[in-house]
Amino acid sequence: MQSTVNSNVDSESALGTGERRTHLRELEAESIYIMREVAESFERPVMLYSIGKDSSVMLHLARKAFFPDKPPFPLMHIDSTWEFREMIEFRENYVRRELGIDVIVVINEQGVRDGVNPFDFGSRVYTDIMRTQPLKQALDKYRFDAALGGGRRDEERSRAKERVFSFRDQQHRWDPKNQRPELWDLYNTWVHRGQSIRVFPLSNWTEFDIWQYIELEKIPIVPLYFAAERPVVERDGDLIMVDDERMQLKEGEKPEMKQVRFRTLGCYPVTGAVPSTATTVSEIVHEILTTRHSERQGRAIDRDEAAAMERKKRDGYF
Amino acid sequence: MTNTLHKTLDSVADTQDFLRRHQTKEMLRFMTCGSVDDGKSTLIGRLLIETGAVYDDQLAALHRDSEKHGTTDDSIDPALLLDGLEDERQQGITIDVAYRYFHTAKRKFIIADSPGHEQYTRNMATAASTAQLAIILVDARKGLLTQTRRHSFIVSLLGVRHVVLAVNKMDLVDYDQTIFDNICREYRDFATGLDIPDIHFVPISGLRGDNVANRSDRISWYEGAPLLHILETVYIGDDNAIHDFRFPVQRVNRPDADFRGYSGTIASGSVHVGDQIMVLPARKTSRVQSIVTFDGARASAKTGEAITLTLADEIDISRGDMIVQADHIPLVSRQFQATLVWMSEQPLVPGKSYWLKQTTRRTSAEVESVNFRTDVNSLQQMDCASLKLNEIGECRISVHDPLVYDAYRQNRRTGSFVLVDRISHETVAAGMIVIPIGEVSQGDHWDGELRSKRLQYTPSRVSSDSRTKRYGHSPLTILITGLSGSGKTTIAYALEERLFAQGRAVMVLDGQNLRRGISRDLGFSAEERSENLRRAAEIAHLMNQAGLICIAAFVAPDPAIREKARQVIGTDNMLHIHLSAPVEVCRYRDSSGRYAAADRGEIVNFPGVTIPYEKPGDANLVLDTERLSVEQCLDLIEQLLSRKLGVAGTKPA
Ligand SMILES: Nc1nc2c(ncn2[C@@H]2O[C@H](COP(=O)(O)OP(=O)(O)O)[C@@H](O)[C@H]2O)c(=O)[nH]1
Repeated sequence: MQSTVNSNVDSESALGTGERRTHLRELEAESIYIMREVAESFERPVMLYSIGKDSSVMLHLARKAFFPDKPPFPLMHIDSTWEFREMIEFRENYVRRELGIDVIVVINEQGVRDGVNPFDFGSRVYTDIMRTQPLKQALDKYRFDAALGGGRRDEERSRAKERVFSFRDQQHRWDPKNQRPELWDLYNTWVHRGQSIRVFPLSNWTEFDIWQYIELEKIPIVPLYFAAERPVVERDGDLIMVDDERMQLKEGEKPEMKQVRFRTLGCYPVTGAVPSTATTVSEIVHEILTTRHSERQGRAIDRDEAAAMERKKRDGYF
Repeated sequence: MTNTLHKTLDSVADTQDFLRRHQTKEMLRFMTCGSVDDGKSTLIGRLLIETGAVYDDQLAALHRDSEKHGTTDDSIDPALLLDGLEDERQQGITIDVAYRYFHTAKRKFIIADSPGHEQYTRNMATAASTAQLAIILVDARKGLLTQTRRHSFIVSLLGVRHVVLAVNKMDLVDYDQTIFDNICREYRDFATGLDIPDIHFVPISGLRGDNVANRSDRISWYEGAPLLHILETVYIGDDNAIHDFRFPVQRVNRPDADFRGYSGTIASGSVHVGDQIMVLPARKTSRVQSIVTFDGARASAKTGEAITLTLADEIDISRGDMIVQADHIPLVSRQFQATLVWMSEQPLVPGKSYWLKQTTRRTSAEVESVNFRTDVNSLQQMDCASLKLNEIGECRISVHDPLVYDAYRQNRRTGSFVLVDRISHETVAAGMIVIPIGEVSQGDHWDGELRSKRLQYTPSRVSSDSRTKRYGHSPLTILITGLSGSGKTTIAYALEERLFAQGRAVMVLDGQNLRRGISRDLGFSAEERSENLRRAAEIAHLMNQAGLICIAAFVAPDPAIREKARQVIGTDNMLHIHLSAPVEVCRYRDSSGRYAAADRGEIVNFPGVTIPYEKPGDANLVLDTERLSVEQCLDLIEQLLSRKLGVAGTKPA
């Protein structure tokens, strides 16, 4: 199969088209393969889009996977209504307007009417009402049989054994005793009516890989990941940003302008910022490698209980 | 304790440089195997800590836990990092494989860690299916155990090509070199029966960190590299990359009427714009028109890349078809032999219909019969009718739609499949294709009836005499027989070259080559070997009719079958030359691994190993290739020929 190679076309050597394949290209190809498998094996797949950096990478990979076609599934954002404003702006301006990609936005209106918020409700109840329940309802309403999510195995200890294709029963429950072994890249995608599969195409990526890839591919992300002066209060050891007037300040709390950034994004009242001066991706990488704290440190939601994550998953949380 | 890798980045400029280097890293997927308490968790924890994969907050928690547990004297217990699995074990949750990640400046690593219990063959197989390397842990105090052998067998069966035998807990045997040496020697002996081409040995203490990330002063007699260094440097150039181009079509990409592309991941080999390809199973041919990616058109692409191809011709192609290089195509059949690792509580039911997924293809399949089961502890093969959870056996499988495949040994991606229960949708088995079984050749065609009585034989008007005059010699078939490794191919091609140089019209008919084409549907059972020889005899006959000298190199173990071949070719037109060399010599010469494979039972009916080879009493010439050089053999053959052809080795007029 030898033929002369047009070196003009093939000269992107650092990108893995040269002699050796780099880990980023290998991860990229694996994720693309997984997404194509999902598109082909299910009747109604959806991509859960949380607007975070992992979702941004996943969306980018989906655009690659189906090029020149568009991704053959919609994006769906479960909007808790407590997201950072910049996240919503990013969703509207970049994803919807600039990329022209359809995003289904799901809000638990009943929860909004009932005034469910992360201040007056414990994180377990809050997450359940504003995220888990609307997710399950939306999956049922649109009869989605596969949902792609940006979860990674390195995020949290209980995820280390999570499958790439994670089977859910008719009630969207994850049964740790009933997961299918994954051999080679031969994913078992068979489901009965009403059952579904959650698919994690970024399973094998680490936080470090994600950042390297964002840098390599120049993937746009929400500016909150970069350090800037932001109004924050210190609460239970976390720096919480006062993103809008709904923030309930406790006695003695006074917003101060601090140079901070976020390692993960979610609902602003429960997402801790880290002091930082990193304004570029390489500075962020530098920071990750020298400060050396785990990514979930800033997620109030995870410190709730020891086995929190496991339980949430069994309930149907992503 | 903390690694130096990340601490030295003092500036953003350093970081940019660092990032650039990290962007060109490779990835290694490895697994860890060990029995309970061999120190697997400790070793993995140690690797994670020493490479900086453990964050400071986690490390602080580890220090607290270690004090609490009082497990180790002054330092931390790395095994506590992996405690998650322990809890689950107690809750009765099935953990089959846990994946962990770390990286160094050279590589990113994915560890597939499966628990080391007795019954966990299925989990090990799962972990091994994606692993390029396996670390097999041995407790220095205990030496090789039955489990070590079992782990090694599964690793070898699943095609993991690199093994590191890590002799752990060296601190508990005073870092004694003879203990290490003895374990290595014993393992080397054992491993000759397996198919693991690359084995490394390293003495370590996972607990103390000796020879894990850094060379240890306490083991100064060990001259090799520490474990992490081996992981960073072992050669992992994709073995598939050198093989024939295989591209299972995953998705037909058709955004509009103007574009029709085929998306997929290259399973092996590489592809260039302009290449001749064939689409299987339809056998349609075309050329590659373009290689499309989001990042622009490409002139070529290689193993592992996810691309979209467009072709020069409009061919009907769908998901599950395979695009391959036109001159080296894989096997296509509805029946094959495969090794199954049974993964379900529900035993295999022969004759029951399962779903089968292989590459991107789904079809239904049934296991016709179990040839034998291999005991993972003794490696003995035994008769059996079914397979239970964690059992491994070779089976005969038939599928509804033909599969396009290679043997697993040759190609992990096109030779593997899973079986899925049609009702529960449970993955019940992992399969590795061993060899094909012919579809067409059931039964014996030597003396078969013609399909129609009306078939006529029309003689040519060019007489054989005129052909003899034209070529300067009469036609002849030289049948060269002998064991695998006796030198048939070497002699046949050397002879062809010599005769051709003398102006003869000559051609080699090679058994292996036939199997790539006209006999592609045939396997290696006695019937199929016989059928292959029948076809060869017919072709030799045709060549002789065309006036050519045909050199046919075949094992041809069965005298009755050879006699039939002689009848097809015609006794007058045939010389039989037998190459005789002791089977040990043939085995020694064999570079293809076929004897070893036959010993392991992967090739059934292998003459000289599992079926007898009767030395022919009817040969016109017997050459002892152990003693004679190729030139000497050729000289002897030529003497025989000059008598037979009536022309001494001179150029024909
Ligand atoms: N002395 C010594 N003890 C070790 C070493 N590696 C592991 N151990 C101990 O062996 C026991 C079992 O280790 P663990 O990692 O939990 O084994 P696993 O069951 O294979 O994961 C623990 O008490 C460890 O502290 C070693 O290199 N030297």
